[in-house]
Amino acid sequence: MNANAFDRYLERASAVHRLDPRVKVIVTLAFIVAVALLPDGTWAAYGAAALLIAATTAAARLSPGLVLRRSLLGLPFLLAAVTVLFTVPGRALWEGPWGLVVTDGGLVRFSSITLRSLLSLGAAVLLTATTRFPDVLHALRHLRVPAVLVAIIAFMYRYLFVLVDEAQRLLRARAARSARLPDARGGGSLAWRAAVVGHMAGQLFVRSLDRSERVYHAMQARGYRGELLTLAPHVMRRRDWLALMIGGMAIATVTLVGRIA
Amino acid sequence: MNIIPAGILLHIPDGFLNVLVSAVCWLLTLIILGIAVANTRRDLDERLVPLAGVMAAFIFAAQMLNFPVAGGTSGHFIGAALAFIVLGPWLGLLAMTAVIAVQALVFQDGGLLVMGANILVMGVVPGFLAWFVYRLGQGRGARAQTLLAGTAAWLSVVVAALVVALLLAFSGTSSLGVVMPAMLGVHALIGLGEALITVAALSFIRRARPSLLEEERSVGAGGWVVAGLSIALLLVLFAPFASGHPDGLEWVAESAGFLSTAQDAPYSILPDYTVPFLGETGLSTIAAGLLGALLVAGLVFLAARSLRRRSLV
Repeated sequence: MNANAFDRYLERASAVHRLDPRVKVIVTLAFIVAVALLPDGTWAAYGAAALLIAATTAAARLSPGLVLRRSLLGLPFLLAAVTVLFTVPGRALWEGPWGLVVTDGGLVRFSSITLRSLLSLGAAVLLTATTRFPDVLHALRHLRVPAVLVAIIAFMYRYLFVLVDEAQRLLRARAARSARLPDARGGGSLAWRAAVVGHMAGQLFVRSLDRSERVYHAMQARGYRGELLTLAPHVMRRRDWLALMIGGMAIATVTLVGRIA
Repeated sequence: MNIIPAGILLHIPDGFLNVLVSAVCWLLTLIILGIAVANTRRDLDERLVPLAGVMAAFIFAAQMLNFPVAGGTSGHFIGAALAFIVLGPWLGLLAMTAVIAVQALVFQDGGLLVMGANILVMGVVPGFLAWFVYRLGQGRGARAQTLLAGTAAWLSVVVAALVVALLLAFSGTSSLGVVMPAMLGVHALIGLGEALITVAALSFIRRARPSLLEEERSVGAGGWVVAGLSIALLLVLFAPFASGHPDGLEWVAESAGFLSTAQDAPYSILPDYTVPFLGETGLSTIAAGLLGALLVAGLVFLAARSLRRRSLV
C-alpha cells in the first residue's frame, strides 16, 4: 500500500486553493490566536468564528462533514478538561455520583474550551486541506522561520512516506511470520513482543541512517551546498491582498463580537 | 490504518492552553532551538539537513510500530528517548521538533499556537532528561547501562505526562489534583512499553552498528546546561506542590474566583485568563520560577553567543 494516501491535502478547483500560501498561513494563525483570546461564554463570537470556518469550507468546495470529522481529532483530549465541570465555583446544576456537583460556571468553562478547540482545529484542517505542504513550508520560509528548520521539516516530509512504507514492510514481515489461529492467544510474553518491536525500531533506524547517507551523497553529487533552492516564486497578487484584508477584517469582527458580548 | 499513533494525550491541541502559557513555552522553546541549530550546524555543516530530516522521518515511522498488549489495545513507541540517546541531544531535538511540526501541520495532531509547548513537552524536557540519565551509565557494566537506558525511556514518557498536566493546570483547563494522578498512572504503564522497546532497539543497534553508540559525541557545555535547565525547570514547577501550600483544586477555584472579581486586570488583552502574578497562590510561585528560568536561559544564550564570537577571533 502506498503511504501517500495518508496525505491530507485535497485537490479542488477553488479560489481558496489558489491563494498565496502566506495569506493562508497568516490568516490561520491569526484566527487561532483570536479564538484563544476569546473569553469564556461569548457564544456569539464562537458562532461568528464558526460561520467564518463554514464560509471558507464552502468557498474551498470541501464537504462540511469532512472538515468537522477531521476537527474532532482533538476530542480525546477533552477528558483532561472534564474536571473543570466540578471545580469551577457556581450554582449547582446536577449532582453526580461520589458527591461531584456540576456547576453552571463549570459547564460554561468546559463548553468554551471544547468550542475554542474545535474552532482552532477547524482552521488548521482547512489550511492543510487547501494547501500543499511544500507550499506551507515555502510560506514559513518567507515568514522568517529559520532556513535550517524549514529545510529539515521539508526533508522529513519528503522521506516520511518512504519510511512509513518501510515500517509497514517490517510490520507485514512480522505478520507473515507470526501465524495465529483466530481465537488463540498471540505467542510469547508481553516483554518478548515489545522486544520484537524494539528490534524492528532498531532495524528501521539503521536502514534510515544508511538512507540519509545515500541521500546526502546523491545531493552532493548534484551540487548541494547546504541550501535548498526552489523554482516556485510566490508573488502576492491583488486577490491575495484582498483575501488577506477580508480575513483580517473577519477575524477583527470575531474579536469585536467577543468584546461586546 | 491509523497513522496517528499513541501519545495522543501528549499532543496538546489548540484551545487547551491559554495565550500566556503558550507564549512562555514558545519563548523557552525558541531559545533552546536556537542553541541546537547553532551547535549542530557547527558540527555537521551541510550534512545536517539530510541527516536530521531522515531521522525525523524515522521517528515518525517508528511510531507506527506497535505490539498487541491485551483486550485489543496495543503498545506504541514514542521515541524521544531513543532519538536523544542515539543522535545526541541537539540533533535529537531538531528531529523531534520536525516530527512535532509535521504532526501539527499535516495531521492536526497537536495545535499550532501550542506547538512551542508541545516541543517542550515531547522534545526538550523528556529528551534531555533521558539523555542525562542514559549518560550516567557510560563506562559502567552492561547491566547497569541497560537498566539506566530503560529508566531513561520510562522517565521520558512519565515526565512528558507530568508537564502536560502542569501546563493544563496553569491554563485553568483542568484541575491538577485529578488530572495529574490520572496522567501519571496511564503513562507509567505506557512508559514500561517504551522502556522495553528502547532497550531492545539499543541492543539491536549496539550489535548491528556498535560504532554508533560507542562514539563520544561532542555536546559542549551547552548540552549539560540545557539538561540541567530542564531539570531545574521541573523542580521549579514542582516547588509550590512540594511546599504543601495550595493543591490543584484550591488553585483552580482561586483563579476562577479571581476571574469573576478582578475585571480591571492589568493585562486587559487577556480578559479571560487571569494573569497570575498577584495573590499568594501556587501559581505566583511558579510564574516567578518560570521567569527566573527564562532569565537564566536568556543569560546562557547570550553567554554562549559571546563565547562563540570570542573563539572565532
